[in-house]
Amino acid sequence: MASQAVAPAVDRKKYSETGDRIARFAALFFACVLLAIAVLLVEQLFVRSAPARSKLGFGFLTGTAWNPVTDDFGALPFVYGTVVTSLVGMLISVPMGLGAAIFLSELAPAKISNGLTFVIELLAAIPSVIYGLLAIFTLVPLMRTYIEPFLKHSIGQVPVIGDLFTGPAYGVGYLTAGMVLAVMTIPFVISVSRESLLAVPREQREAALALGATRWETTWQIVVPYAKLGILGSVFLGLARALGETMAVTMVIGNAPAVHASLLAPGYTIAAVIANEFAEAGGKIHPAALIELGLILFFLTIVINGFARIMIVATTSKGSKRQ
Amino acid sequence: MSLRTWRLLVNATMLTLTGVCTVVTVAVLFVILGLLLYHGASSLSVHFFTQLPKPTGEIGGGMANAIVGSAEIVGVAALIGIPIGFIAGIYLSEYEDKRFGSVVRYVADLLNGVPSIIIGILAWGLIVLPTGHYSGLAGSVALSVMLIPIVTRQTEQFLREVPLSLREGALALGASKWKMIATVAVPAGSKGILTGMILGVARIAGESAPLLFTALGNQYWGGLTEPTATLPVMIYKLATSPYDDWNQLAWAAGLVLIGMVLTTNIIARMILSRGVSVPRG
Repeated sequence: MASQAVAPAVDRKKYSETGDRIARFAALFFACVLLAIAVLLVEQLFVRSAPARSKLGFGFLTGTAWNPVTDDFGALPFVYGTVVTSLVGMLISVPMGLGAAIFLSELAPAKISNGLTFVIELLAAIPSVIYGLLAIFTLVPLMRTYIEPFLKHSIGQVPVIGDLFTGPAYGVGYLTAGMVLAVMTIPFVISVSRESLLAVPREQREAALALGATRWETTWQIVVPYAKLGILGSVFLGLARALGETMAVTMVIGNAPAVHASLLAPGYTIAAVIANEFAEAGGKIHPAALIELGLILFFLTIVINGFARIMIVATTSKGSKRQ
Repeated sequence: MSLRTWRLLVNATMLTLTGVCTVVTVAVLFVILGLLLYHGASSLSVHFFTQLPKPTGEIGGGMANAIVGSAEIVGVAALIGIPIGFIAGIYLSEYEDKRFGSVVRYVADLLNGVPSIIIGILAWGLIVLPTGHYSGLAGSVALSVMLIPIVTRQTEQFLREVPLSLREGALALGASKWKMIATVAVPAGSKGILTGMILGVARIAGESAPLLFTALGNQYWGGLTEPTATLPVMIYKLATSPYDDWNQLAWAAGLVLIGMVLTTNIIARMILSRGVSVPRG
């Protein structure tokens, strides 16, 4: 460095300019690596699924068969299972998560709120295979012996809705997978919803309270609607997670490639069938069909994630502008 | 009942319910930890860390190969992923030109949201298929693809929190831009960036879906050029096997894995909260 200090000013400027150019180029290069990964991902999914697309055509999307021996593949049971388990999961996790987010942002003192949020974030850090391990050995027996028989004999007797709770209680199936997904998506719903609620300006609450509204009326009629885009964003974020969740679902879904109306029945999801069959898939069409399923899942999650981002960005920027 | 009592009743009920939601959610974490301790601790022994898995029917055996395999695969993934993610993050925060920067940011978020099993397909198509065999390296590549967008966004976020005045000070003293970044901006945001990296590595260390058909698994030691056992994949295989002693081993492995992941998470967050180098919020 000492030699630089005595160097003529012009050289020094030149030196730093070259350094800047190199640094800028390097940074740009690595940013491009990210783009390259995304392009490669799409390219691989398309190229590797080509044999299945050319052989099965659009019939793949509506087919219900899954027979690697005769090369007869259909995506419907898997898409159905993926959507149903995710919806069941969100039906449980959204009310629970929103409730907890309201508690954490509106009621709890800042210290307690931060502490609990930390614990909830740890919940999000637990590997999915651990959820699967616990579900197999604790939730599945519980569902089989207590919860599913109970549901069959209570809601199962009601006309129409009862159709969702019929059939033998296996313990594994759409409902169990949905419950695991609920636990796994709750942290996402809570942390994003809480942030959106915290971004609501204080004046909104004070105005409502000053008009005589109760704490709950203020929250439900003023604060929540104000943050609704962000909350909706958190729902979509959780949904995208649920759709792509693999290990935990694979371990409790029951691995039956069929479409069942009953939530107690075993099913299959896209991620689960890829996890189970990909390493052993032989021939040309079987792996390609699995990758085509992956392609469907990829587009599904991208669209849902896109919605989530737009909504979250819309609320957080709105909140900060008015503050 | 008067309207006022009704409103107060609704108020009390709903607010209590939100508290119940919170308690239930938080309780889940402790139930999980308790169950893992209860089932896992009894099968945890020195053998677990030092021995290879035994064939079915033989008592005992450990998971030394899976622990080493996980360390190798995650280590290499970190070596690939952290530099790329870090520098891409610097680009987004320091060099970004508006339009291209937002494209990169969008793509990073998109990659972050891609299901991990699909990342596995990418690594399979890029490495397993051309080389003709499963390998630890393919697993590392899959995990690094998951790590890169995490590190990128974290680096960007924490660099953006470095006050503009610090940068301006450095530039006004005559530092060139890259020197300002290397000696002022990055050190100022280093705690947050480091935390982001640690959390990212902890996250990929628990992943099993992308390793199922890249690193596969192995009864023996494996390595970067061979199929390699990893802790998460082993848990999956042992838990879904019909043998009781294997299931027991799965619980023990689960306890070890969650111990590692939670410890890393807590340490990372302590680094962040203790004397943050940059004023936050």
